[in-house]
Amino acid sequence: MPKRKKKIIVIGGGLTGLSLAMKICERNAEVVIVSYQSLKRSHSVCAQGGINAAIDARNEGDSPENHFYDTIKGGDFLAHQPLVRDMCYQAPAIIHLLDRIGVAFNRTGEGHLEFRRFGGTLYSRTAFAGATTGQQLVYALDEQVRRFQHDGAVKTLEWHEYLGAVLDSQGICRGAVLQDLRTNTVFTLAGDAVVLATGGPGQVYVRSTNSTVNTGAAATMAYLQGARYGNGEFIQIHPTAIPGPDKLRLMSESARGEGGRLWVPRNAGDARPPKSIPDSGRNYFLEEKFPLFGNLVPRDVASREIHDIVYNQNLGIAGEPMVYLDLTHKSKDYLEDRLGGIIDIYKKFTGEDPKDVPMKIFPAVHYSMGGLWTDYETDGNGMIEHGSPRNQATSIPGLYAGGEADYQYHGANRLGANSLLSCIYTGLMMCRGIFTYIENQDKSVDDIPSTTFGDSRNHWESRLNEIKAMKGSENPYQLHRDLGDIMMGNVLIVRENKKLEKTIREIDDIKTRFKDVNCVDSTDWANPTPSFINQLYCMIELSRVITKGALMRDEFRGAHYKPEFDLKQPSKFDPHEYIDYLEKKNYGEVSEDAFPEGHLEYMKRFEANNDNWLKSTIAEYKNNKPEISYEPVDTSIVTPRPRKYD
Amino acid sequence: MNKKIVKLKIKRQDKPDAQTYWQEFTIPYKERLNVIACLQDIQRNPTTQSGESVNPVTWDCNCLEEVCGSCTMLINGKVRQACTALIDSLEQPVLLEPMSKFPVVRDLQVDRSRMFENLKKVKAWVEIDGTHDIGEGPIMSDKVRAQRYALSECMSCGCCLEACPQFSLTNNFMGAATFSQVRLFNLHPSGSMLKEERLDAVMGEGGITDCGNAQVCVEVCPKSIPLTESIADIGRQTTLQTLKNIFVK
Ligand SMILES: Cc1cc2nc3c(=O)[nH]c(=O)nc-3n(C[C@H](O)[C@H](O)[C@H](O)COP(=O)(O)OP(=O)(O)OC[C@H]3O[C@@H](n4cnc5c(N)ncnc54)[C@H](O)[C@@H]3O)c2cc1C
Ligand code: SF4
Ligand code: SF4
Ligand code: FES
Repeated sequence: MPKRKKKIIVIGGGLTGLSLAMKICERNAEVVIVSYQSLKRSHSVCAQGGINAAIDARNEGDSPENHFYDTIKGGDFLAHQPLVRDMCYQAPAIIHLLDRIGVAFNRTGEGHLEFRRFGGTLYSRTAFAGATTGQQLVYALDEQVRRFQHDGAVKTLEWHEYLGAVLDSQGICRGAVLQDLRTNTVFTLAGDAVVLATGGPGQVYVRSTNSTVNTGAAATMAYLQGARYGNGEFIQIHPTAIPGPDKLRLMSESARGEGGRLWVPRNAGDARPPKSIPDSGRNYFLEEKFPLFGNLVPRDVASREIHDIVYNQNLGIAGEPMVYLDLTHKSKDYLEDRLGGIIDIYKKFTGEDPKDVPMKIFPAVHYSMGGLWTDYETDGNGMIEHGSPRNQATSIPGLYAGGEADYQYHGANRLGANSLLSCIYTGLMMCRGIFTYIENQDKSVDDIPSTTFGDSRNHWESRLNEIKAMKGSENPYQLHRDLGDIMMGNVLIVRENKKLEKTIREIDDIKTRFKDVNCVDSTDWANPTPSFINQLYCMIELSRVITKGALMRDEFRGAHYKPEFDLKQPSKFDPHEYIDYLEKKNYGEVSEDAFPEGHLEYMKRFEANNDNWLKSTIAEYKNNKPEISYEPVDTSIVTPRPRKYD
Repeated sequence: MNKKIVKLKIKRQDKPDAQTYWQEFTIPYKERLNVIACLQDIQRNPTTQSGESVNPVTWDCNCLEEVCGSCTMLINGKVRQACTALIDSLEQPVLLEPMSKFPVVRDLQVDRSRMFENLKKVKAWVEIDGTHDIGEGPIMSDKVRAQRYALSECMSCGCCLEACPQFSLTNNFMGAATFSQVRLFNLHPSGSMLKEERLDAVMGEGGITDCGNAQVCVEVCPKSIPLTESIADIGRQTTLQTLKNIFVK
């Protein structure tokens, strides 16, 4: 271990990168934060609704254990349980820390933190700052990092792009290759460890709720350099966004948490303005089908129901693919205070005020549960060994990942307001383990020959020069659109194998067309086009990971819905029957009449399906293709069982 | 107005020290277009109205919903965010120019790092003992929270500085956004422990006394931040601080 201070390179200035950087500074090591844009403008600012922690401020009987169960169930049991449990237990301390650094969280009459409801739970567990929670959290953490910047402990490289990892002859990550986005020069930075806090890949679909920089290129580049990528096919489609030509702007789940109701006119042809349709003429489809959770069923469930109402039942508003999200029964002051941020967005983009007229919304690509495969170590009691160098480590030694860029916290479907939590949790949690990793190294980065760095730089310099020299006939920005249309058409809410097979061929066509790209700008100052073409290359590779994973996974789990493999849960089924069944099975043959008709068969189907598919998907880049394998999920704390929300 | 096309006239500059020039573009009209969607259209077909192939226009953006502050520029002479500038409500040709009070990087991109440097000068943060678990934050009434929230929505977009007659490329006036942040942190129970240092910072050169109270800043703020109130309040706080400095020192 080197005598000097440890030096860690953090790529990304969203919530994950900022919280990690803050922790590293506090522990007296050096940190360099790299980001495309000013840290304060990172994608995390888009988050609206809130962040979860089971503080039980309303005396409803909530607990971290309940939070843990809801998260695991919401993710259809595909998340690693010890990690999720640890996160849920740390959540209250995380919220208190955020409160201490000045986040303007809404408060109760006595001046404590106020909480609201969100999807997939029956408790008020979501702390919030109006409807701009992400923005408020980014600002507060950015301020803490600025405080350390002021003290000289942190260096920020804004307007810099991470291109790839510097790997030594043993495949250990020793630093990062960066491009200055103004001078367009390529250089390397040596570090004891590199962390990818680079966010999600929504731009693979072009139109989504995500920001424009969310191409997922950094994580994809790690995959192309040999890192394993997990659960790529699990893409969350959020039920409520404003349809639009350039972006699908989110209307946060908090709208429903604060009482918003989804409905369509009962009769297909009903063209009356929404406010003049009486209750009897309205179909509150979620409340009718899910009396217990109502409008707050998890996102995968809500999006499927909207899809069904619109496309199978043809009940979309005026025949269009849209349904109402109605807040008009709430008082205007209340709405302004609690949801002002999203109300403004809706008004600015549609010209209508959601306080007066119901919003028209439709599902949109929102979040990637999948991401870089990362490791962890437990303490044997279902919690995490916080000093372990394995925590958040990718399969490339010395390269770590966290936040939306990793894969382990949300299983097959993320619950609302759990992402901000997993971002900050991973950011704070991984620090100690990275330090241990550095302390355990027998050869430090200082002993690595400079040629290793020189070679990496040369590789990337020539790669960008090759791109600049591309003078084919395909416009890269148009090619990106075409990729997005293909993904949007076939790898969304409902997935069918025939269409997925076709999609793989269509992505291959895009790959062929990519060779004929025209680099429409070959200047050498602040030129974004060569970078974009490189990112497009990564998006094409990632779309193959997503689609191949989806094609191969022949089941229905969380956000991955293949009607062909729906196990058809009987309508009166109670998930506890399954626990009962497992118990009875321990004592020998279970007889048919121990359960209502059809239930035993269903449970056997469920069990067999889990044997086959309750596994993480792992993609590895081999022979220029994603090679898919599966590995077990840690379900050591709660028994996986059928999900039910009605 | 011809509804089938959108005309744009864009001020361009290849490098910080290069000459500026104007180019005109025509793109097909679509419903609900905003300025960024038009610029993206130009990326897909970078050809001017007169048929000349050019480099695509460069600009900054990220969130596309007016929360990140990246895409600020002059649109028909008015400083605002491009993502919420809807073509249907703009006169054509739509004139696009970079902000004039910050150094141009390229085309519509400017360098606003001065704003973040100012935040450092006024210590716009809460000093904490550490990130370890030491329990709840301070009790705060929801009224104070609401007051702070209104200020903390500032996305450092720079509109208020662009419009301010006192703020220029060459002077060091801090501007309304910075004063407002001082108020934000002085309102926080633990943040207020640095109150005096913050006030000292805005009492120096480029500080609050340089403000001419023209109040154009508040009119252009997209987040409706009560900047005039903040300026008045910080004015009061610094006056008190001056008195205190006289008597205590
Ligand atoms: C509209 C919307 C609303 C949401 N609301 C909520 C909510 O209410 N609650 C909740 O829990 N979650 C919410 N989410 C999800 C949540 O916001 C994100 O998952 C989370 O913010 C991701 O944070 P991150 O730190 O992982 O990455 P990001 O915030 O995406 O940051 C990534 C950083 O990496 C940088 N970067 C990426 N690639 C490179 C590269 N190659 N080189 C240099 N820098 C790079 C970027 O510049 C950026 O700084 C919402 C998401 C959206 C889209
Ligand atoms: S009041 Fe006038 S001088 Fe003062 S900051 Fe605002 S615009 Fe500038
Ligand atoms: S105060 Fe308003 S105009 Fe000024 S930077 Fe902040 S958000 Fe922009
Ligand atoms: S792109 Fe974020 S404010 Fe316009």
